[in-house]
Amino acid sequence: MSSQSTLAIETSGLVKSFGETRAVDGVDLAIPQGVVYGVLGPNGAGKTTTIRMLATLLTPDGGTAKVLGHDVVREAEAVRSRVSLTGQFASIDEDLTATENLTLLARLLGFSRSQAAERSEELLAAFDLTKAAGRQSKTFSGGMRRRLDIAASLVVTPDLLFLDEPTTGLDPRSRGQVWDSVRAMVALGTTILLTTQYLDEADQLADRIAVIDHGRVIAEGTTGELKASVGTGALHVRLVNAESRPEASQLLTRALAAPVFQESDPFALSVRTDDSERVAKALTELAHSEIAVADFAFGRPSLDEVFLALTGRPAQEDTDTQEDAA
Amino acid sequence: MTLTSETAAIPGAHTDALRKALTSQIRPSRPNPLTAVRVSAWRTMRKMKHYGVAVLFDVTLMPIIFLLTFTYLFGGAFAGSTKEYLQYFLPGVLVQTVVMPTVYTGTALNMDITKGIYDRFRTLPFWQPATIVGSLLGDVVRYVLALTTTMSVGLALGFRPDGGVGGVLAAMLLLLVFALSVSWIFAALGVVAKAPETVSGTSMLVMFPLVFTSNIFVEPDTMPGWMEAIVEINPVSDAATAVRGLVHGNASGADIGSVLLACAIITAIFAPLTMYLYRAKSRG
Repeated sequence: MSSQSTLAIETSGLVKSFGETRAVDGVDLAIPQGVVYGVLGPNGAGKTTTIRMLATLLTPDGGTAKVLGHDVVREAEAVRSRVSLTGQFASIDEDLTATENLTLLARLLGFSRSQAAERSEELLAAFDLTKAAGRQSKTFSGGMRRRLDIAASLVVTPDLLFLDEPTTGLDPRSRGQVWDSVRAMVALGTTILLTTQYLDEADQLADRIAVIDHGRVIAEGTTGELKASVGTGALHVRLVNAESRPEASQLLTRALAAPVFQESDPFALSVRTDDSERVAKALTELAHSEIAVADFAFGRPSLDEVFLALTGRPAQEDTDTQEDAA
Repeated sequence: MTLTSETAAIPGAHTDALRKALTSQIRPSRPNPLTAVRVSAWRTMRKMKHYGVAVLFDVTLMPIIFLLTFTYLFGGAFAGSTKEYLQYFLPGVLVQTVVMPTVYTGTALNMDITKGIYDRFRTLPFWQPATIVGSLLGDVVRYVLALTTTMSVGLALGFRPDGGVGGVLAAMLLLLVFALSVSWIFAALGVVAKAPETVSGTSMLVMFPLVFTSNIFVEPDTMPGWMEAIVEINPVSDAATAVRGLVHGNASGADIGSVLLACAIITAIFAPLTMYLYRAKSRG
């Protein structure tokens, strides 16, 4: 184990191109050990490419990257012995059972036959797969497959685990299970770098977040810092009738002395403000003027709003997926 | 067992088990190449076991159909009688039996690469070609099953090897060596192809001429000169001639030697090529 002062990940000007496309275009990261670090961005932003370079699966075209103090190009072997990657698509042999998959990897890592059997059992228990141990993994649900894939990354306990979109395509319950595992792993000392296109996932799990878009880091910080950088707070109001929106809009503009945004939802309005006293008064006025309010919320902006403010477009907008598929 | 409040609070996570799994500090040293090959061969055989009877069906169906149709449709015309033709044809079918499933090596390798487990393998510290060599060796089980089945059907139909048990076993051994060599061709194809379907599709372009422009079905003396020349240089013809000689007890050293030479040439070209392509791929 190296000292905690060594950064888990340190990159400078990392670049990777595929043909004409610069998938990763100068990424700088400094990630301490012992945290969950989120890399947030839409499809095609360069998340997967970045993570594959850090896991030594791709060679960078430019810049440098150190993982746990080792250069990913010159000391690839040293990096590989300490990190593990769970990719976007399950890296398991679907024809084999869960036990066979884990045994295969353990044996290829140098475990003896009995050590491999013991380790497989341990990991299956840890990921709630004991009952399915003897089934071919192609019969597994998406959530089980993902859990087996994560278990497969932990045969030798890594100091740093990369999780590339660990919950994409999972149902809410499986998603929750993966989140629980991530929290437990980091509580037990593993550093985790996860990529996600889900803002709530980053919000839920990550200590710090880098927002990337078009292969560049466009913002970095704790979720709190990111939210604060966009604006302090916002009032969201949802009306009972869409027709009353113009009237409500006028009233709120006057009461809060701030511009009112008409959201794409015809019933919804939002105002950026942090003056809670004024907000209370404005809501009272709405009630008095008999504009029926379905619900309202006052708080700091969501990461969705952060992303919108940073990139000028919503996070979920589908851009090209070419790089992330590579 | 005591839990920290931090992890005890996590609902649904199998925290005790996860703690145990994550605190494991086993860091074994890398396996030696032989172990890695053995483990990879074990994997191939486990996969076959899961497919069960389907494997046998896959590899023996075609040869048996060929055996029946050629013997009973054309046998009389080709050789005067079906019984006579069977003595000539069965050794050829044995060659076909092992050559056709060599494509599986390529598709299996391609599946690994395109479906993602390859990424996992690449980050492990073992001797990388072990997965390819191991899967080739694991496939030997497939060839043995296929050969035994085809041979049994042949015997039931009236095939009588003059070379006896020894001759048959020697022929099978030679065919295993031949199959291992030919599977390198498809291993190379498996590394470069974009999808497993491409491997099986493209392989027909190789397989069809390889099997048909040979002396598996008929003696080449009736063919036009140019075709005869092609048949002569086809290594599948050499294999069929040698196997015929071995099962009937009249193989010459030159027959066997030319098969082994062909095996050596094919392996010398395609094994290093496959390894080179595989390593080039992993450099990304």
